[in-house]
Amino acid sequence: MPDIVQMTGIRKDFTGVRALDGVDFTLKAGEIHAVMGENGAGKSTLIKVLTGVHAPDAGRILLDGRPVRFHSPAGAQAAGISTVYQEVNLTDNLSVAENLFAGREPRLGPFINFRAMRRKAKALLDDIGIDLNVAAPLSSYSIAMQQLVAISRAVDIKAKVLILDEPTSSLDRDEVAVLLGVMRRLAAEGVAMVFISHFLDQVYEIADRMTVLRNGRLIGSWDTADLGENALIGHMLGREAAELEQIERVAAAHHVEDETPLAEAKGLGRKGSIAPFDLAIRRGEVVGLAGLLGSGRTETARLLAGADRADAGTLEFDGKRLTGHNPRTAAARGIAFCPENRKTEGLVGDLTVGENMILAMQAARGWARSVPPARRERLVAEFIAKLGIRPADPDMPVKNLSGGNQQKVLLARWLLIEPRLLILDEPTRGIDVGAKADIQRLVAELSAEGMSVLFVSAELDEVTRLSDRIAVLRDRELIDVLETESERTHERIVDTIVARGGHE
Amino acid sequence: MSTVQLTERPARSTLFDGLSRYLPISVTVALLVALYLGGVANYPNFGNSQVVAKLFIDNAPLLVIAVGMTFVILSGGIDLSVGSVMAFSTMACAWLTVDAGIAAPVALVLVLAFGTGWGLFIGAVIHRFEVQPFIATLVGLFLFRGLTLQISDTDVSMREIGFFQWGMTHVDFGNVREGGFWLPYLSFVAIAVVIIAFAVLHYTRFGRSVYAVGGSESSALLMGLAVARTKIGVYAVSGFCAALAGVLAAFATKSANPLANVGAELDAIAAVVIGGTLLTGGAGFVLGTLAGVLVWGLLNTLIAFQGNLSSWWARIAMGVLLLAFILLQRVLARSGEKRRA
Repeated sequence: MPDIVQMTGIRKDFTGVRALDGVDFTLKAGEIHAVMGENGAGKSTLIKVLTGVHAPDAGRILLDGRPVRFHSPAGAQAAGISTVYQEVNLTDNLSVAENLFAGREPRLGPFINFRAMRRKAKALLDDIGIDLNVAAPLSSYSIAMQQLVAISRAVDIKAKVLILDEPTSSLDRDEVAVLLGVMRRLAAEGVAMVFISHFLDQVYEIADRMTVLRNGRLIGSWDTADLGENALIGHMLGREAAELEQIERVAAAHHVEDETPLAEAKGLGRKGSIAPFDLAIRRGEVVGLAGLLGSGRTETARLLAGADRADAGTLEFDGKRLTGHNPRTAAARGIAFCPENRKTEGLVGDLTVGENMILAMQAARGWARSVPPARRERLVAEFIAKLGIRPADPDMPVKNLSGGNQQKVLLARWLLIEPRLLILDEPTRGIDVGAKADIQRLVAELSAEGMSVLFVSAELDEVTRLSDRIAVLRDRELIDVLETESERTHERIVDTIVARGGHE
Repeated sequence: MSTVQLTERPARSTLFDGLSRYLPISVTVALLVALYLGGVANYPNFGNSQVVAKLFIDNAPLLVIAVGMTFVILSGGIDLSVGSVMAFSTMACAWLTVDAGIAAPVALVLVLAFGTGWGLFIGAVIHRFEVQPFIATLVGLFLFRGLTLQISDTDVSMREIGFFQWGMTHVDFGNVREGGFWLPYLSFVAIAVVIIAFAVLHYTRFGRSVYAVGGSESSALLMGLAVARTKIGVYAVSGFCAALAGVLAAFATKSANPLANVGAELDAIAAVVIGGTLLTGGAGFVLGTLAGVLVWGLLNTLIAFQGNLSSWWARIAMGVLLLAFILLQRVLARSGEKRRA
């Protein structure tokens, strides 16, 4: 098959950081090509160079054999390169139909033909298998639904090259299946696709070839059939990939001795987000929350963290009933909460790594008692090393870090106040294998040191590997707590969820 | 390809989400009707149709700058220069025709072109150099007030120029003495501006891009929309509207006052917000702005009919209304976030 995209010797620098260093990349017509690498390996930068968001500092791009240089995403789109990003990049104040056709609306003279646009939108979504009210504002739909709209938009633009940058990270299993189906159909029609995902099973299911990047350099390209999972992880991490198994050993060796609960919820609930539930978290215990997207995982975590107000039941912490529970009093009592959406709810992008880390500690001390600079530097350096934050520069603005490293900064912030209960909502979502391993290892270590952890994750493997007990949620209800080791398996969780489904 | 039905339409009605954006404008219209009926009930002659017509005469320039401001605010920006550009345009009309002796129609075109050009320039500055619109347009506020006073620090009359009689030439609807009313040409210009703005905002690519950029500029860029053209365009529209408002003022008063329209930009912003447009951009209607301007006009009319109140009471009422509408917007935005969560 002919090469449709050829990138050679691509280099890109960001204020002193070399994000890409002489990377070559080729894409053939009709292939699905996975770009793999840890966070910060340069995948996103490579994509952004190809889609015209960034101009390369060196190297050249051939599209259909002709050299091209894009100055904007619009230019790349016009040349036939469409992109679906991890974050939904649509405008949610406009209707679904308008988002699908923005910039290329059917028109009568100078005026947009809304009737034709809605009809075309309906036909397009029907084709893909989504039933939405196309005239409703996009904001009335969930993030997963909005992501599907974004994909539909990219699919409909007659693209030669379609780039899917972590499109599945907010989709549940059925939605992923349909997306992969759409990708196969497009590949059969000759569309070349670049697929970026941290879900190795999806990559192995769909990709024809893989290109691995590490630290901004090209490691190599392989046919999927020729590259086993262990070898792939080895290439991505550049070290022996036995680390994940090591975590398993840490978790297995550790067991909870103290039986008195540190935090205990009795009939705690909030109308419209989670039905009243009982849950106890003991000292030094990791409690996992498992369930599908929208099952109430995040809502449960937010209630326990005091981020939302409960309208039923009680919460006891350290034997005392909590009243007026809110994030500030929670932090003062030693309950730390890392929210799911690190961009909007956690980090201050323009502040440095060090400043972001110190925020919670400063808040806990009060504004009048500033943290002495020497102590601050020592603590920041200690946690950068402990969590393996890269680049290890405390003065780097946090927005320049990759997702996994941002997550580590957020974790470090809460660890600095030495919490007794750490609530982690999807700490590993959308980050690479290496950072994931670092975070998992950290959770195991912390609980071994006596910290209690509530761990929310969409990935069952991760929950089962780390947790001492697993609370299973479905339809905004806590349906079961799996206590014994034999119960805490992937299959058992799925069975529990399905058994409660009844009609489905 | 026909696949399995991947998603079910959420059980919760999406109708409410669709309608909640009409709530602020409905409140404004209800307020407008209540003010009018209150006036009719309390004051004799308030029901006279000329009272309504007068709203479109006295507030024609404000309506035009508020329409321009609607474009800017919808895109997520703000334009503080419109009051000064408007005063400058009136003064420039007087200077070009009375002092320089240029034919009035030519002067008029020059003034409108200049206002548009200024908007293009400041829009380009805001976009290219990523300057806060607040600061960039503040430049215009000072610059044009200064230039206006530089041309003349006293009133300049344009009564000698026959062309300026055109604006107040009026059309009678029915017999004015027997329940009919009259409207001057300049009111028709203002109404035409509203209609054209409505069509552009709702039915053209440029208009929809304004909403998209106001909703999320980075998303609009990644969707491949012409963000630069849109952002610069809204300031050009606002500049044009400010110049046109200045021309209408010249028609209405046939004189140029260097200290006219101080604070007009703030009146326009208030009218836009009371009309239901979100200050953060992305949501609102130009017809809401019309309603906002009429609320302001009716408040003034009511106070005039009352006769024993200082005209500052209109501002006090406007301040209270503005507060109420800002709070309403926040409450709506929050409930929207909650429903999605």
